[in-house]
Amino acid sequence: MSAEAGQQHPLGIYYKVWVLLFVLSGFSYATDFLPDGILRWALILLFMVLKAGFIVAIFMHAFWERMALVFTILGPPIVLFLLIAFLGAESQYTWGTRVLYRGQDPNAMPVTVEEFHAMEHAAEAEH
Amino acid sequence: MSDIAATDALAPKSGVEGLVDDWSADKQTYHVPWGKAMMWIFLVSDTFIFTCFLTSYMNVRWTATEPWPYPSEIFALEFGGVPIPLILIAIMTFILITSSGTMALAVNYGYRRDRQKTALLMLATAAFGASFVGMQAFEWTKLITGEGIRPWANPFGAPQFGSVFFMITGFHGLHVTGGVIYLLIVARKVYLGHYEKKGYEIVEIAGLYWHFVDLVWVFIFALFYLW
Repeated sequence: MSAEAGQQHPLGIYYKVWVLLFVLSGFSYATDFLPDGILRWALILLFMVLKAGFIVAIFMHAFWERMALVFTILGPPIVLFLLIAFLGAESQYTWGTRVLYRGQDPNAMPVTVEEFHAMEHAAEAEH
Repeated sequence: MSDIAATDALAPKSGVEGLVDDWSADKQTYHVPWGKAMMWIFLVSDTFIFTCFLTSYMNVRWTATEPWPYPSEIFALEFGGVPIPLILIAIMTFILITSSGTMALAVNYGYRRDRQKTALLMLATAAFGASFVGMQAFEWTKLITGEGIRPWANPFGAPQFGSVFFMITGFHGLHVTGGVIYLLIVARKVYLGHYEKKGYEIVEIAGLYWHFVDLVWVFIFALFYLW
C-alpha cells in the first residue's frame, strides 16, 4: 500500500538520538563558561552543527529520503553561505569606516548587569 | 518471468542513479506524499527567512561601534542570590528537545496506527511547546520591566541588541505558538480517527514542522545567546 509507505524505523534510534541531543545541548551550554576565544566559538559552532545535523537526518528522516528530495532541501540553503560571507566582509569594512570617520571608540566595553543595578540604586538614592 | 523483470526495471534506483532517474524521467520527481513535499518546500523558504534574520543580526553586531551587551549576564537568573548565566534559556532548550523527542515517537506510533498513543504524544509535544512560549513570555517581561530593554534602546550597550532580540525570538515564538495550535488540531483529528482511511503521513508532516522549529532554536541558541 503506497499510503503506508511513510518513514518507519525502530524506536531505538529515536531514543539514542534524543539522549545524544540532550548531551550535546549540555555541552553547548557548557561553552558559556569558557573564556571568549577561538576555542569557545569553534565549540559553539561544532555543537550547533552536530545538533542540527542529527535533527534533520534522524528526526526529520532526511537520512532515509531519496536523493532527489534531499538535494532539494539542502541544495538551495548552500547559497546562504555566500550571503553570510559577503555580509561578513562588508560589515568589517562598515565598522572600520564608522570608527575612522565617526570617531567611535573601538574599545568601548558594554555596561555589565551589576553596573546597571548599581546605577539604578544610585539614581534611587538621589530622589 | 517477464513480470519479474518488468517490476525490477520499475523499482526506483537508489543513490545518484536514483537522483538522475527521478529528475530526468517524465514523471513525478518526489516519491513522497504531496503534503510532505510541500511542507519541505515551505520549510526551505522558512529557512531563508530565519537566515535573513540571523545574517542581518551578524551584520548589525559586527558593524555596531557601540559595545554589544553580554547576553550570558543579561539572560541570567538568580537562585539564592547567585546569578546563573543563561539558565532559563538552557531550560527552554532542553524543553524544546524533549518535545522533539515526543514528536518523533508520535510519528512512529502514527504509522503503527496506535491512535491513542499518537494523540497523547502529540498532546505532550504541544504542552512542552506551550510551556516554552510561557517561559519566553516570562523572559520578555523580565527584560522589558526589569532591565529596561527596548527594541530601540537598552542600558547595556548597542541599541541594536534589543531590536535583534525581540525580532528573532518573537518570530521564533510565533512559530512555536502556531505549531502548538497545528499539533492540537492534528492530535484531535488523529484521536477521532479521521486519518484511518488516508493514512498517517499527516503526523509526519506536522512533525517536520515541529522539528524545524527546534532546529531554528539550535541556531538562535548558539548564535544569539551563546556567542
